[in-house]
Amino acid sequence: MNVVRLILGVLLALLVLGPLMMMISVSLNPDEAAINSILGTAKAFIPTALSTQNYQEVINDPYQPFVRYLFNTLFVTVCTVGLGVMVNSSAAFALAWGQGAYRKVYLAIIIAVFVIPGEGLLIPLILMMSRLGWLDTYQVQIVPFIASAFSVFLFYQFFSKLPAELIEAARIDGAHLPTIFLKIGLPLSKPVIATTAILGFLDMWNSYLWPSLVTRGVEFRPLSVAMAAFFSSQQSYWGNVTAFAVLMALPVIIVFLIFQRWFVASVVGSGVKG
Amino acid sequence: MRVRQPIGEELLLLAPATVLLILFLLLPFAMSIYLSFTDQRLVPNPVPTALVGFDNYRAILTDPAFWQAFRNTAYFALLVVPFQCALSLAIAVLLNSSFPLRSFFRSVAILPLMTPMTVVIVIWAAFYRIPDGLFNNIIKAFGASTYVDWLGSPVWAMPAIVLLSAWATFPFQMLLYLAGLQDIPHERYEAARIDGANGWQQFWAVTFPGLRNTNILILITTTIQAFKLFTQVDILTRGGPVGSTNTLVRYMIQQGYTSQLVGYGSAVAVIFVLIVGALAIFQRVVVKNE
Repeated sequence: MNVVRLILGVLLALLVLGPLMMMISVSLNPDEAAINSILGTAKAFIPTALSTQNYQEVINDPYQPFVRYLFNTLFVTVCTVGLGVMVNSSAAFALAWGQGAYRKVYLAIIIAVFVIPGEGLLIPLILMMSRLGWLDTYQVQIVPFIASAFSVFLFYQFFSKLPAELIEAARIDGAHLPTIFLKIGLPLSKPVIATTAILGFLDMWNSYLWPSLVTRGVEFRPLSVAMAAFFSSQQSYWGNVTAFAVLMALPVIIVFLIFQRWFVASVVGSGVKG
Repeated sequence: MRVRQPIGEELLLLAPATVLLILFLLLPFAMSIYLSFTDQRLVPNPVPTALVGFDNYRAILTDPAFWQAFRNTAYFALLVVPFQCALSLAIAVLLNSSFPLRSFFRSVAILPLMTPMTVVIVIWAAFYRIPDGLFNNIIKAFGASTYVDWLGSPVWAMPAIVLLSAWATFPFQMLLYLAGLQDIPHERYEAARIDGANGWQQFWAVTFPGLRNTNILILITTTIQAFKLFTQVDILTRGGPVGSTNTLVRYMIQQGYTSQLVGYGSAVAVIFVLIVGALAIFQRVVVKNE
């Protein structure tokens, strides 16, 4: 029985790793003619050459500044996720430990707006952005995505389970709510920070639809849109296209390997609650 | 003892998220609804924007391209949801049983979800290449005398997109199934074994009924995901051939952005929100009743 499972496991690994192996082995092959002759065969899955030539070409291509795209994606992702953690957690803390009577209604609205899919807001958002003169900038890719009803809700669930004595004790000591949030709430909420940060990172790194609509040239364009453009303009240069793809996938896979445990928990959480 | 705190401080904590949510969630949502009743264009009109009542909706519902996009999206969901759910469940059951190297296989199985969709698209474009991509070489090995233009044929383009999408996102459903499997009490399996149930019978008597809520959740979230199909068809097929892979989201973007018909596109967006929102509310109601 164990042997059957092991065989099935190996089959699964081949199914998953095969396409990724193909991408890596093609990216290491400097000879485009050779790639074209083996691309549809089993030979494409095993590296036959070990050259970084495609990688150098991709990184040094003056028309497709890879490093610039990488910086754009990193900058947009880090800003959105970082500001998001601050803004969403502080709002959630006020909802959990504030004393206003409005909080129940506020929370009900937060939960209700989960059902609105982001795709349904794009058309008026573009109109807003073009009126603001924000098209083709960094802020157009960052500001609309900082606040998230889902993140506020996740943080709220966590904060509301903190022991009341802890918060009351801090209040008696004369601490104000923002101080209690910064000194007690935020340091305790590392698991939720990890969850929202990982989901936000994935979302922003992969985001394609919105940046494809609001970025024009190479200056502010993120990796995902650049990848699509590079792919359609260089379709027969598989060596370079796959090198670009490996460079884009690598950071995510590294982050995944580091945060694997939190990642699994956050995906399950988002599926169950979202 | 309760200590009063100034309300200003809690409002201060609340303000940034609230302002951003109003500006970038509630306002565009309200605008979507309002604009859908106007003839607003992206570039300011020479004549002022006018209210046009239900004209946009009437035009959309009589546009064959809309219905084609709707049918394509529904067709994609119809193909991908059962396929992906069955595949994820089978893999989750496998990875939930104990065997050597299980944790290694679990990590490997999550990798597609970590691979950016644009990267997955490039890899699969190589597999679908004509005339001698991997899939064409496989059918040639089985005796086919010609090649299939996977992405260029109205019959095969959508199934090709389905296969790619299932590969790219199955780990999401698999992780949910793994969590669901771990919630099934061990005693039930022991009881089934005492009754003499074999592995297959245990699956149908214990596992599958035990996953009832997980199944509902996964079916609905996967359907919602399917209705958002855009990136794959935008990059690989541009909605073609002859509109056979155009989807609701892509139709909305074509109308509201490419053709700059903001009012019309907003009406498509409202219809889209109604469909997806109805699915999400349905999910809440069903799951809450459990």
